[in-house]
Formats: sequence, structure tokens, C-alpha cells
Amino acid sequence: MPQIGSFVLLLALALSGYSFLFGAVALFRRDSLSAVITETARRAGIASFVAVLIASAILVTAAFQNNFSIAYIYHHSNIDLPIPYKFATLWSGQEGSLLFWSLLLSGYGFVLRLRHKTDERLFAHASVIIAAVQVFFLLLLTFAARPFATTPGELPLDGAGLNPLLQYPEMVIHPPMLYLGYVGFTVPFAFALGALIMKYPGDKWIHITRRWTMVTWGLLSCGIALGAHWAYYVLGWGGYWGWDPVEVASLLPWLTGTAFLHSVMMQEKRGMLKTWNVWLIFVTFGLCIFGTFLTRSGVVNSVHAFAQSSIGTWFVIFLAIIAATCIFFYVYNRSHLRTEHHLESLVSRESSFLFNNVLFLLICFVALWGTLFPVLSEWIQGHKITVGPPFFNSVTVPFALLLLLLTAVGPLLAWRKTSLGSLKRNFLWPTVGAIAVGILLIATPPSWGSVFGMRPWTDVAYFYSLIAAMLAALVIFTVAAEFLRGGRVISGHTGRGLVSSMMLLGHRNTRRYGGYVVHIGMALIFIGVLGTPLNRTAEKEMGFGDKIDIGPYSLVSRSFTQDETPNYSSSIAILDVYRGGKLITTLYPESRFFTATQQPQHVPSVYSPLREDLYVVFEGQNQDTGRPIIKAHLNPLVSWLWIGVLVMLFGTVLALFPNAPVPVRAVAAAPVTAGFHAPTAPVGAD
Amino acid sequence: MSRLNRFRIVGSLLLGVLLLMGASDNSSRIDRLGHQMMCMCSCSQILMECNHVGCTYSDTMRNELNAGVDAGKSDSEVLAMFVEKYGTTVLAAPTHSGFDRVAWLLPYIALIVGLGGVAFVVRAWHKRRVPATVAATSGLSTADLSRLREQARKETDL
Repeated sequence: MPQIGSFVLLLALALSGYSFLFGAVALFRRDSLSAVITETARRAGIASFVAVLIASAILVTAAFQNNFSIAYIYHHSNIDLPIPYKFATLWSGQEGSLLFWSLLLSGYGFVLRLRHKTDERLFAHASVIIAAVQVFFLLLLTFAARPFATTPGELPLDGAGLNPLLQYPEMVIHPPMLYLGYVGFTVPFAFALGALIMKYPGDKWIHITRRWTMVTWGLLSCGIALGAHWAYYVLGWGGYWGWDPVEVASLLPWLTGTAFLHSVMMQEKRGMLKTWNVWLIFVTFGLCIFGTFLTRSGVVNSVHAFAQSSIGTWFVIFLAIIAATCIFFYVYNRSHLRTEHHLESLVSRESSFLFNNVLFLLICFVALWGTLFPVLSEWIQGHKITVGPPFFNSVTVPFALLLLLLTAVGPLLAWRKTSLGSLKRNFLWPTVGAIAVGILLIATPPSWGSVFGMRPWTDVAYFYSLIAAMLAALVIFTVAAEFLRGGRVISGHTGRGLVSSMMLLGHRNTRRYGGYVVHIGMALIFIGVLGTPLNRTAEKEMGFGDKIDIGPYSLVSRSFTQDETPNYSSSIAILDVYRGGKLITTLYPESRFFTATQQPQHVPSVYSPLREDLYVVFEGQNQDTGRPIIKAHLNPLVSWLWIGVLVMLFGTVLALFPNAPVPVRAVAAAPVTAGFHAPTAPVGAD
Repeated sequence: MSRLNRFRIVGSLLLGVLLLMGASDNSSRIDRLGHQMMCMCSCSQILMECNHVGCTYSDTMRNELNAGVDAGKSDSEVLAMFVEKYGTTVLAAPTHSGFDRVAWLLPYIALIVGLGGVAFVVRAWHKRRVPATVAATSGLSTADLSRLREQARKETDL
């Protein structure tokens, strides 16, 4: 089996190599043979997908068959591992995850090559670039990180097992989502570079790229959110984001990709920022590769399993090739990217996009800077330092708040220039509402909930929380006002109800209103995060009937029990939760000990009303007394974070839907007396 | 009750309140300082958040932190004590001195340069702008008007 797997990977490498080399040759030949060669290169690319798919299937089958002659299966699986996690073995370690990356890339290439009729020449360029990236990963899999390497010596009876932290249902979908997002940025990169190489006329490539980027961005967002959710519900430290290099690596392309999704509108609408957009896509793809290098080279410390390896040099060389290629074609064809218009006012949609882009890139820079500073410090000062959450939180929060302000203000500014009247009309009531929210949070008694009765003057973190709440409210109110305004106009024209009119409004311009829904999702995410400074914890050794008080809750230990499965043994605490003397739920925090890996793991139990999370962890047992140690966290507003993610993903899906047809009103081409007036398009129309 | 006794009672109450405040200050100081340090068990977690079962560092480090605060050491003395024992990586963020200061300053310098740069570019482009001439519309064909309508629609939507 390992031999077949290795052979199929070698075949995939040969096919990708053919697709790249011959595809590239065909693009530069302008004779009758070039079409034939291009077609063979396209088919070779499709065949390489089939080969990588077979190789992946072989590895998964080996996991199901407990074939420990393959070293990768021995290190990441064992006989008693539950079936879904055997499937997840594919992406649980270095070699398998690189194979999975290659599979997804060839899958994207497969779809792209099937859709080549959309624009044969542009797709041929993109296909060659994807093949080149695929060649790199297949070289890596063939020579440096071999998933089918055999186990040396005697065949082991059982495997070393999968890391307990990865044995969680979300782990079966989090990495695929993240990788789909990560790898997916190769497609917009391929289109952008291809369009630059061939000096593609017009904006069509932008339309194609934008759709791919949105899908990729949505998947990456989903992957990051699932990772945060997994960290919260599995790692048991009460948080969801720790600024670990692997987390940062996933955030970097998300930030630049988000910047691109905004700035690309300026290219579509006004023919501006062409160079900026091309470079944003180049940088986003570069960051995907750089992030992979960062987390697998051992350059920085990470809690993630595959952080230490020797494949870093491969990535450095690949990054250098990418940078050289991008710079060469940019310098060679930069005249093609000349802007058609310039900015006219600071108070305009265009400048808000520019400021938005700068802030996204700044946050990206801060995240990268903080992650790499320990390396720089060691190089300059001779000793390593730690750059942890306190640094990232204190530097990125003000930047993120500025971004949230732009999220509220930007979409309602007019293109070119915004008048004072328009500003007043769009923002007066939302601003009043946001200020009212701020006053409410300060003036209300703390007994209403953890976030009420805020004292922003006592701690800068509380001040940021209050500003975040007000800005999130501003975003929600401005978007709601926009929906209401448009809905009323449609309702007036069609006689429909207001809600139905607002739904029609969204359907008529899915991209615009889908974007607004994404903004609401972001505002909700900020609401979910702003409670962090108000988190509380309490820890106690608990015997039967003992009690922990935290916030408005009392936890009373009813019983303790134990369980045994082939995979792990566990201790479980049974805790009754009271609020105001009334029993509201029972929580079951658990401490597991995995047999194969001989590693312990906490499984927190969480009660999640919208107001706050009561998050309880079975920390272990006191060695002297044998009594269980229970740690309770009270985390305000966390549920809003997950709701915000769902809303954001819904908005992304909405933005991908085609627009509803708009009834066309006849426009008389009558002579106009002074200047021209653009006829009013039906509300919500493109 | 004599005036002296009243003073004694009030004094004792004040002392009690002060002691309680002190205790509360100590626990909040310990929490704050514990969030400025990393657990050294290589879990990459903040000291007060490390929850590894059987972690051989966090309990010892928390006890040392409590002892340092109880001994009346200042924040900087407590942190210096930990740096001396565990090395500079025990601090969860760069200090505000020496080369470490660059870590804090550069993001804000980048913010000023970035936002200032955008404002400068917008102003420069605004000044360079050629004033639009109002075309006489009577000479425009239907096709021209359609094109202009399309352009207006494209530029004014989203």
C-alpha cells in the first residue's frame, strides 16, 4: 500500500509538471499547435487531481485498516480511535496535512479547468499558475514530507494515537474549512497574475476573482471561527483566541483578503486602485504560504503539533520564487494597471475604502510584527522575548475600533463626495442610538448583568469595551436604517409590507445587502468580544454539597462519577447550577485520560444564555486530599460571538446569490436642458 | 459610650476596611501581574490561565507570585524576580525600555504614516483634479446618454 501511494503521488507530480511546463509553453507559442498543447495541459491538470485524490484515499484507507507499516498512520492513529477521527487522520500531522493541501489545490484546479470555456485564454493562464503551485507541494510530498514513508523496524501492534485535543467533532471539519480558505486564495492569485501577464483587457477577471475570493474568504472565516470555537470548548482555559502563531497565520490572509474584497469595488466602479488590488491578492497568497512556513519551520514557538520540522527552507525558496515572479511581471506590465480616476474628496466612499484598507493592513502588520518580534529581538539583543496576548490586545484593539467606526460610516458615504446634508440624514439617528447605548451601559445597575454598570474611567480595557459597544450599535443602527429606508421606498412603489419589501431589497442587490449583513455579523462579533475584560473566575476544591459562587450563579456539587471507554477513561463532576436560589441547569465538566497517548484532557461544560457563559472546568484532583478541583469562568456575551459568525456567513452566502430581476422602467431620451441627470434606478437595483 | 471608645470602634472599623481593601488590592495585583507573565511549562499560556493537568510550573510560579506580593515587593521588583529566575521569556509582552520599546512604537508609527499617507494622497489628487466641464447635452445621442446612465449607475451603486 505505501508503495502504491508513493507511486500515485509521483504520477501526480509528473502530470502537474506537464500541466505547468507544456501549458506555459503553449501560452507563449502563437501557432496552430498551441491550442492542442493547452488542451493536453488542461487534461493533465485534471488527471493530477484524480491521482492526488487516489493518494489521499489510500492514506485514509490505511488509517481505517490500521496499517501501521505507514509511519504517518502509526504516529497519528491507533486501533481504538473512533471512525470519524480515523478519517481526520489525513490532516492531523505534517505530511498528511500537506497531502490534504495538495488535494484541495488540485480540486480547485479541477473545477477551474472544467469551467475553462468561460474565458479560455485567461483560464489557461490561471491553470498554469495553479499547476506551478501544485508542483511545489507535490515535490514537498515526494521528497521532504513523505506521507507514505514506512515504519522502520518491526511492525508495531498498535499506533501512537491521535492527539487528544484533536479528538473532538469540530476537528473533523475545522481543518478542512481552514485549508479550503487557505488554499482557495491560490485561485484569485492565479487569475490576478494571469491577467497581469496577458494584460487582460477589461474588468472581467475582477468579477471572476471577486466571486472566488468571496467563497474562499467565507470558508477561511468559517475555518477561523471553528478553530476559535474548538479552542473554547476543548482547550478548557476559558478563552477562544490566544494569538498563537498558527492562529495569527490564519488571520493574516483573512485580513488582506478582506481588504481586497473592499478595495476591488473601487476598481469595478471607478477603475481605481488596480495596482493596489493586484498586490493585495499577491500579498494574500504570499501570506498563505508564509503562514505555512511560519507554523511548520519551527522559527517561532507554537502550541500546535506540527510546528517543528525541516521543511522551512523549501517554503523560503518558494516564497522567493513567488515574490520574484510577481515583481517581474508587475514591472514588465505595470502600464496596464494605470488608474482611470483619482480621489476627489476625503469624505467619500473611495477614501473610506482606502482608510479601511490601510487599517486592515496595519492590523495584519501588527499581528505579523508581534509574531516575528521574538526572532528579531533574539537576533539584535541576543535573547528571546515573549510577545503574547497583552501586547496584541493592547495594540490591535484601538486599530480594530477604528475599523469598526469605518464599518459604520463607510457604506453610507456617497461615491466621489458626500454632502453635509447626506451625512446628517444618514447618521443622525444611528449616532443618537449609539450614544444612548453608551449611556445605558454606564447608568444601569450591575445587577442587570456583567456588562451593565460599566465604569470606563477605571480601566482602559473597560473604556475600549464601552466604545466597542457603542460602535457596534452604530453599525447595526446604520445598516438597519439603510434597510428601512430602502424597504419603505419599495413598499411605497409596490404596496408590499415593510418586511417583504426589505427582503426584496436584499434580493435585488444581494452583493450590497449581503455585505451589510456581513457588517452586522462583524458588529455582533465585536459585542461577543467586548465582554472579555469583564471575565471572572473562581476555583475551589469541591466535596459533595460544596458550593462555588460566581456572579449571579451558585454551583453545588451533586456527585462525581467515572467512565471508561476503549479510547479513554474519564472523571466527571455533576454540578447543579442555581440562579437566585432556583435550579436552572446541571453541568458535567469532565477530565479524560487517553489510553494510547497517555495524555489528559479537560472537557469543559458550558451554560450559554445570551447574557454570559458559565464555563466550568474539571481541573483535576488534589494529590493530597483526592478532592476534585473545579474552576468556573463567567464570560459575558460570548454567545454573541458565535451568533455574529453565523450572521457573517449568512451575509457571505447572500452576497453570492444572483440578484432578483428588477422591473425596468422606460426612460425617455428627452433632451436635457442643463447638465445630465442619471435616471433613478429602481431601489436596490444594480 | 465614651468618646475614646467611639474613636476606638471607628478606628478599628477603618483599619478593618483598609485591611480588607489591602487584601482585595493584593488579589487584584496578583491577578494583574499573573496576566503579565507566561507559564513556563511551554504551553504558551498566560500564567493565570494555564490549566494543564499536572503542570509542574504554574502552581509553583503562582505561589512565588503570592509570596513576592505578600513580601511587599513592587510590581517591577516582582517581575524582575521572575525574569531573574526564568529568563526574559517569562514576561508576556515586551518591556517599555531599550530595544523592546520598538515593538510598541512601530505599530503606532505605521498607523500615523498609513492614515497620514492616505489623507495626503487624497488631498494631492483632489488638488490635481481637472475641473469637469459641463457638456452641452443637446448634442448627445441616445447611445451616449445610455452610456452615461450606465456609468452613473455603476458609480453610484454600492
